This record gives sequence, C-alpha cells and structure tokens, in this order.
Amino acid sequence: MNEYISLSLILFTIGAVGVLVRRNAIIVFMCIELMLNATNLAFVSFSRQHGNLDGQVAAFFVMVVAAAEVVVGLSIIVSIYRARRTTSVDDANLLKS
Amino acid sequence: MLTSFLEADLPMIEAPEIEYALLAPLFIVTGVAVLGVLVEAFWPRSSRFLVQTVLAVLGIVAALVDTVVVYTDLDRVDSALKARGQVAGEGALSVDGPGVVTWGLLLVFGLLSMLLFAERRLEGGLSAFTGRAADAPGSASEAEAVKMRIEHSEIFPLAMFALVGMMLFATANDLLTMFVALEVLSLPLYLLCGLARRRRLLSQEAALKYFLLGAFSSVFFLYGIALAYGYAGSFELSAIDTAVTNRTGSENMLLAAIALIAVGLLFKIGAAPFHAWTPDVYQGAPTPVTAFMAAGTKTAAFIALTRVFYVAFGGSQWDWRPTIVAIAIITMFLGSVVAVSQTDVKRMLAYSSIAHAGFLLVGFVGVYAGVAGSDRVTSVSSILFYLAAYGLASIGAFAVVTLVRDSGGETTHLSKWAGLGKTSPMLAGSFAIFMLSFAGIPLTGGFIGKWGVFSAAYSGGFWWLVIVGVLMSALAAYFYVRVIVLMFFTEPVGDGPTVAVPSLLTTVVIVVAVVGTLGLGILPGPVLDLAQHAGAFVR
Repeated sequence: MNEYISLSLILFTIGAVGVLVRRNAIIVFMCIELMLNATNLAFVSFSRQHGNLDGQVAAFFVMVVAAAEVVVGLSIIVSIYRARRTTSVDDANLLKS
Repeated sequence: MLTSFLEADLPMIEAPEIEYALLAPLFIVTGVAVLGVLVEAFWPRSSRFLVQTVLAVLGIVAALVDTVVVYTDLDRVDSALKARGQVAGEGALSVDGPGVVTWGLLLVFGLLSMLLFAERRLEGGLSAFTGRAADAPGSASEAEAVKMRIEHSEIFPLAMFALVGMMLFATANDLLTMFVALEVLSLPLYLLCGLARRRRLLSQEAALKYFLLGAFSSVFFLYGIALAYGYAGSFELSAIDTAVTNRTGSENMLLAAIALIAVGLLFKIGAAPFHAWTPDVYQGAPTPVTAFMAAGTKTAAFIALTRVFYVAFGGSQWDWRPTIVAIAIITMFLGSVVAVSQTDVKRMLAYSSIAHAGFLLVGFVGVYAGVAGSDRVTSVSSILFYLAAYGLASIGAFAVVTLVRDSGGETTHLSKWAGLGKTSPMLAGSFAIFMLSFAGIPLTGGFIGKWGVFSAAYSGGFWWLVIVGVLMSALAAYFYVRVIVLMFFTEPVGDGPTVAVPSLLTTVVIVVAVVGTLGLGILPGPVLDLAQHAGAFVR
C-alpha cells in the first residue's frame, strides 16, 4: 500500500515542480493534470486501504472536474495565443504594480 | 433468462432522501442557471440580454425570499452550543444557521453584482463585457462585432453557476462536495475574468493567471482531501472530527492534510503568502466581475474555511492556530503596507481586500464558540457580520470605479482621481464612505465588523493579537484616508476624467451600498442579532 502512496507523492511532486519551472502555459497545465491524476491514485489507494468505496467515487468526481477544467483552461490559453501568438507565461507580464 | 437475472438476489439500491424544501434556494439558482443556458440557445439575439438580466434578477430574488423562509424554519439543535439547522442531502450539505445566513449574504451580493453586469449606458448601449470573446483584441472582426452590437449574454448563466458554487461551498458538509463546489464557483469566474470590453489583453492575462494559480491551489486542496480521507476513512466532516479527536491515524498525515487543505482555502480568501493573484486579477477583470468576486468568493471561501477548521479539525486546533496567527499577521501587514504604494484604484482595493482577509483571520483564530448565558460575540457571528460589511462596501466601491471614465474606458489611475470631490461630490462622497468603512471608522459597518472580530479573538484568549490588529488597522487607515484627501483636498488635474451618468441600475447599487454601510454602522443591532442567532455549525 505504501508503494502506491509513495508513487502518488512522487507524481504529485513532479507535477508541482513542473508547474513552477516550465514556461509554456500548456505544459504548466499538463503538469496540473498530472497532479490531479496523482491525487486520483492516492484516492483509490486509500479506498482500498479503508475497504470502502468513497475514495473510488471521489476519483470519478475528480476526472469530471479535470475534464471541465480542460475546457475552460484551453479556451483561455487559446484566446491568449490568438491575441499574442505566444503561450509563454513569462510574456504574460502586462499586469504589474 | 434476462428477467431471471434481474430478479435475482441483487442488493437493493435505496433512493437517496433529499430535503427539497430545505435546499430549495440552491435548486432555484441552479434552475435559473440552466434555464439561462437554454435561453442562450433558443431566444432571439435581439432581446436576449434583457431576458437574461430579468431571469437572473428574478431568480436571485426568489431564492432570497426562499432563504428567509428556510431560515425561519430551521430547527433548534439540542446541544451545549446554540445551533440550528440539520444535515441534508445524505450528509453532503449542512443547512445550518451560519450556512443559511451566508446564502442570504451571497444572494444579496449576487443581486447587486447582476445589476452592475446589466449596466449598459456607460459603453453607449453595450455592456462592460466583450462582444465576441473569440475575436483577437484590436482585430477587424472585433470592430465588426462592436458595429453589429453583438454582446455576450452568457455572462448571466456563468455568474449564476458561480453563485450556486459559492452557496454550495458555504454549506458543504463533506470534503468531496466542498471540492466540487470550489470548482463550480471557480470555473465560471475564470472565464468571466477574461471577458472585459476594454483593455482586453490585461483581462485575458488576468484570466490566465487566475486560472493557472487557481487550478494549482485547488490541486493542493484536493491532495489535502485525499490525505484527510486516508487519515479518517471518510469525507464527512463529522467523521473526520471523530478520527481527529481520537487520534486514530498517523499524526504526520493529519498535519499534512490540514496544511494542504489550508493552502487551497487561504488561496481563495487571498491571504498571504497565497495572495499573489489578487491584485492582478482584480485589476484585469471587468469591474463588475471584480465586485462579484471580491464580495462573493471571499464570503463563501471564508465560511468554508471556518467550517472545515472548526468542525473537522477543531480537535487539533492547537496544531493549526499558531500558524494561522502568523498568517493573519503577515496578511494584515502586507495588505496594508503594499496598498500604500499602489497607483491604481483597483489594485489598491485588491490589497485592501488582502488586509481584510487578515482581519477576518484574527476573528477566525479566536475559535470562540460562546458560553451559555453570555452574549459575547462568537467567532462565527463576528465573521458573518464582517463579511456583510466588507462585501457591501466593496461592491459599492467597485461600482464607483465603473463610473469614473475617460475616452479609454475606466480611469483607474489614482492621480486622475484628484479633485473628484469638487467635480462630483455625491460620487466621491459615497466612495469616501466606503473607504471609511474599510478603515473601520465609527458609524460605518467596518467599525462594528472590526470590533466584532477583535472581540472574538479577545474572548478566545488572543489579547496580544488584538493589539497587533488594532495597530495594523491604524496603518491601513492611512491609505484609505489618503484617497479621501486626494479626492477632496487636491486640485483637479487638467485633463481629468469625466464622471459618466449611469442608468438606474448602478445608481441603485451605490445607494444600497451606502445605506447598508451606514446602516450597519449606526444600527448594527438587527444584523448582529441575526449573526449571533445563527449559532454554531451543525455537524
């Protein structure tokens, strides 16, 4: 059981580091999806450990939410790309104090 | 063969029991949002904006009336603490005093925001939202959309979905419902942020930043939920409370769960060090959306934060209170100090909202639930009152921001606001009242709100934190008063902004906000009683 939780933690960390260091909005977004899937792994592992189905149901909810997030996220990124011809998060720097 | 299989000894699936009467406000707002999507598909374009506005406003008013009915029907709970309400929807929601009062607050904020959304006189008959979001800024097709007077009336269903999410978020009784509610409230707001008519590059950038950071923080929240589930074996707040009180699982896992859940919720309320998105998003988003976000998201997220930490993690409050105290101090300090150096009104209001998150955390960390026979204000009711005062004043302040304009749209640079009190005393006067309420000057709602949270923190044994809080509010008062001095005691600049004449909609919003802010300050009794009467969370 601990192996699955460890794997989920490793995936979550890879995703978090990716969000922090990558510059392309699409890849940042993919890293967030990786973190969501790492969480799903944790949910089903804990579900197995506790012997109830709550965690597996949660994984389904997370998948639906992730799908909705893709719709919203990609539409925002595409509209930015149309305006600026770039998806680099470093170029999104017009708002500054 | 098939029928025999169906008649075999399969376990019965029992239909869930849903308390429809109790949850009706949620169903009304959801129904109106879904109806709005249908109107979007089938109603002719020419009158769609009007129909959507009427639908949204009527829906919110109906839900508000029903909320009052639900509140008066809530059952008393027999427990040591004063509480009313019950767990509903198979344990998914907790329709209790504080939750239903929050519904009321959110619906009032939603109603005022919808009036701002519907304002069309300021842009010459068009709304403050872009006509066709798919067009690139400055492109020929964008100009064509303006010429054809195309408008996005989807903003109303989107806002209604966000409102449902907020209401769910404030009453969620299990962590999974809370996560879904968080996403339901956030996703429409990400889109609404990117739909400004003017300064579209800034608006899209705000949407991108809000989306990426919001999604990032909600994943942390979700991992915290996974760990809490691993610790307790259930998503229900009361089951987690049992596990925490009995210390059944691994201590480290519990602490990690609390920390990660706190990250997600503190991000939503805009507390330091998770506040970085606030100024950018508040500045870039269309101002009506900023008003809606500032009041609504903060209210819903703060009640959700309070519910999770009081109900589920109340048993380990000595683990999280020191950290929250530190975060409260950092948040108050950072919000107040950085606001001083801002030159943009919307950014300044954003930092002010960060500072207010800090003051709210002071009341929150008191964890004062009251004792029998005492009328001292509890943490929950002080937070409710503070949110009411803060929400009204911020919607009013952002409504004023929409009116100060020049040829390029809203003039948000503070230097342009110099001498506004001489050219339009009424508008500047109402802005001054909102500033005074933010600063916590007596006879405004902000004063009673600050008194409430400080009193709750004092009752909870944090007298020294109250002293820090009072010092911080003195510091924060500086930049609010600075704006008032700028408006009333500075000569107007040559090419100053013009104050647009709004339609009845924005006027009503500003008048309601002024009356509410002063009313909460001069006659706080009824609302304060309501907040006290709401009692504790039902688990």
